[in-house]
Amino acid sequence: MSNPVSALQGAAYDGYVKVEELGLRGMITVRGNLASTKLKNAVKAATGAAMPKQRQISIADEGAVAWMSPDELLLLVSYDKVNEVIAAFEEAMAGQHFLAVNVSDARAMFRLSGDKVREVIAKISPVDMAQDEFNTGDFRRTRMAQIPAAFWMADEQTVEIICFRSVADYAYGLLKDAAEPGGEIGIFG
Amino acid sequence: MLILECPYCGVTAEETEFHGGGEAHIKRYGPGSTEEEFNNYLFAKVNPKGVHFERWRHANGCGKWFHAARNTVTLEVYGTYTAQTSDIPQDIKDKVSAKVPGWSWREFE
Repeated sequence: MSNPVSALQGAAYDGYVKVEELGLRGMITVRGNLASTKLKNAVKAATGAAMPKQRQISIADEGAVAWMSPDELLLLVSYDKVNEVIAAFEEAMAGQHFLAVNVSDARAMFRLSGDKVREVIAKISPVDMAQDEFNTGDFRRTRMAQIPAAFWMADEQTVEIICFRSVADYAYGLLKDAAEPGGEIGIFG
Repeated sequence: MLILECPYCGVTAEETEFHGGGEAHIKRYGPGSTEEEFNNYLFAKVNPKGVHFERWRHANGCGKWFHAARNTVTLEVYGTYTAQTSDIPQDIKDKVSAKVPGWSWREFE
């Protein structure tokens, strides 16, 4: 059995906010009719989290569900449980038109933590990071400089980011650069 | 810089999060059409100065295609609407008419 490793194997950088690569996380792309009760129940059973509203993420103890588009969700679960979660999900959704795919090894995850996480994101993404525009529970798919990325705020001092594994090194370099001491702006107070 | 609202995920974002997809409401001509119809479908595009209707894709977001009504001179965006239509919605037409009375674009007015 091969030994799975994450893209940057937990690399971390202490800038004026801390940048960490988060290691392996189970991720499942789900496509289907998000209004269907069966899908809602299957998602709840898989992650413990309720169906998120548009552009939101709903987070529970053992997992999370992010709203990706009107017909797509991303389920976050622990890495070693992915296969059994998918098996249970497929059983719960039998007879329905849906898709559930393990994308865990195709993604990388980062965490920013510190007082000024908002401005680090604002430097590299075309997103309004003001407190009254983006908050805990919001989920945003956008770009970070030249690559697609998605992020949400776990709390006021923490941003978690998902990007494609193939560009993990680029994302890490970008985040390190944006978080470099001396680069503080102080725009969000 | 254009600011567009994606009708699928509701995000209001600037141009770089999207990708332009050319002219909107193109009627397709395939097998059985005349050569002239097929040629016009493939190559004859309008390039108006003023009111224009385009397809856009929320490439760095939800990934959906949608339509946008905008002005190529003022760069004003009148509105965006879903791709599940072959006609321009009346509320978009009204918004354009409010700014550019008497506009017309291909067969629409």
